[in-house]
Amino acid sequence: MDWKSTIKIAYIGLKTKKSRTFMTMLGIIIGISSVIIIISVGSGAQSLILNQVKSMGSNLIGILPGGSEGDSGPPPSALGIVSTNLKIADLEALVQNNNVPNAVAVTYENRGVGTLQWRANKYDGTFIGTTANYPEVYDFAVEKGRFFSKDEEKDLARVVVLGSEVAEALFGSNDPINQNIKIKKEEFRVIGTIGKRGTVVFQNQDNLVFIPVSTCQKIMLGIDYVSLARVKIDAEENTDRAVADIKQTLRERHNLGTNEPDDFTVRAQTQAIEIFSSITNSLTYFLAAIAAISLLVGGIGIMNIMLIAVVERTREVGLRKALGAKNSNILNQFLAESVVVTLSGGVVGVIFGVLFSFLVSVVARRLGYEWDFIISYAAIFLSCAISILIGLVFGVYPARKAAKLNPIEALRYE
Amino acid sequence: MEKTLIKTVHLCKDYDNDGVITKVLHQVDLEIKAGEFVAIMGPSGSGKSTLMHILGFLERPSCGQYFFDGQDSSKLTDDELAVIRNEKVGFIFQSFNLLPKTSVYDNVRLPLLYDDKKRVKDHKEAIKEAIMAVGLYHRMGNLSNQLSGGEKQRVAIARALVTRPEVIFADEPTGNLDSKSGKLIMEILQDLNEKGKTIILVTHEKYTAEHARRIIKVIDGSISDDFEVKQRLLAKEESDLIK
Repeated sequence: MDWKSTIKIAYIGLKTKKSRTFMTMLGIIIGISSVIIIISVGSGAQSLILNQVKSMGSNLIGILPGGSEGDSGPPPSALGIVSTNLKIADLEALVQNNNVPNAVAVTYENRGVGTLQWRANKYDGTFIGTTANYPEVYDFAVEKGRFFSKDEEKDLARVVVLGSEVAEALFGSNDPINQNIKIKKEEFRVIGTIGKRGTVVFQNQDNLVFIPVSTCQKIMLGIDYVSLARVKIDAEENTDRAVADIKQTLRERHNLGTNEPDDFTVRAQTQAIEIFSSITNSLTYFLAAIAAISLLVGGIGIMNIMLIAVVERTREVGLRKALGAKNSNILNQFLAESVVVTLSGGVVGVIFGVLFSFLVSVVARRLGYEWDFIISYAAIFLSCAISILIGLVFGVYPARKAAKLNPIEALRYE
Repeated sequence: MEKTLIKTVHLCKDYDNDGVITKVLHQVDLEIKAGEFVAIMGPSGSGKSTLMHILGFLERPSCGQYFFDGQDSSKLTDDELAVIRNEKVGFIFQSFNLLPKTSVYDNVRLPLLYDDKKRVKDHKEAIKEAIMAVGLYHRMGNLSNQLSGGEKQRVAIARALVTRPEVIFADEPTGNLDSKSGKLIMEILQDLNEKGKTIILVTHEKYTAEHARRIIKVIDGSISDDFEVKQRLLAKEESDLIK
């Protein structure tokens, strides 16, 4: 008996029990569409995060106070440990005396939180004390007014540049430029506002305000160390050399002996991209594996329904055997039915999954995210292959049961 | 003289139900020649259906030998038996056993699906020919559940004929039919026999059996009598009388 006829018989068999066939398929549809959605949405989210990280510039190198284990161990700040050994002078040294020849600029910062107030309007925000070249390093422009200058940075000037959300919250339709606001009761003059920048790596950029780093350290926080620095280098391919130069310079400045470990952490942006890729990949596959459990449940459902079908169609099996069907013909017929159910469920699941993932991308774009609609052809192909496999694995027991039926007993079955 | 199509030698059949052995057939010796119309007759429980199942390769004998067309079939595998069932024999059952919600055409086509050797060259032609032989050409596209009992049994006969088998086994073919439909079925079977087809009919009714040329009586698993029917009933004449 050829496969075309086997599949046709399977189709006819399934068509006679439409609602049951659909219910059986539902498990596979849900399972496959979940896997497709998770992989697609996971890839979309990964691409979003990586694009954001890349948009910060792939030629950036981060420096954090405190040493870390190896090249990828968490820096102390990630564990809540405050290290105070990274000073402004250390960082300025990086761009002096050709210590790091590839360094184009260095910026560093301290952060604090506090209430910002203009007249009766209040806003709880984050202030960043940083250098005058911060916009240059992070590659963005001030929308209105200006960023503070190097002189203002040195002179402990009380000037502030507002993120778009803060400006909107405090000033509404009023012009904020040259208005005085209070940050934690200290008065600052607004000299500029930044346009909408959105969220970059889970950090909303629009609720930040920027003040000179010296003002931040001496007036706002009362500290003399830096919590984060970034070095912009001339080209991405010089990253390794620049990292080595930075480490060498800082080690010399911190008088570290040959056997002493670094008391700072240097991370290139390319490393961050790799780490984010690996985290998001692991998360995606972990979630897809959980979704795949529903496929197992769907498969058991199929086995159950096929067992019922074998009992219901015992007489039909007896008849087919009486008319010349071999055991293998019956086995193939029931296997084909099982595979037709799972493969159809798989195809419908893929369609649903793709449509839903597309919907997610549309909604995300509407919400302002640079979300890419990513569908993995490998995932689609794999889903279809898994559907067939489920049909075969979970269909084989009922099919063998049908194939082993004695024709006379089957024909007599009531 | 026609060739011997079916021959059994000391054929027996036992059933083992949880250690309880039931002897259904004992030492059955019979011979049926090609082109015969034989009725195996007996009361219910006599073993006549079991005998037909063994002769139709649906069951294996417990002992003895069964020769079909000169070949010993006692040691054939399941698959070999399936091939013989498909090629050499056709079955007509009391309860028709048509596939539900399936057209007359597809029901008749069913045995051809298992004709792996492509013995029947033109399937479409063979199906039409078989349906025409039972006078249901006009109902070819109808679904099985749209047919009367008599029509269903005629479809079953067409299905038995479509592989052009050497012998047709009919197990109580008129048992579920009214007398008019029953006569029509017998008329078709007699007509097929006239054209040379070997027919083996199983029935508990003397009246039905008398449409055959020969009656083999089975009682308590043994052949009690085997004789030619002297005044054979002809279904066509009976139908004409009714008209």
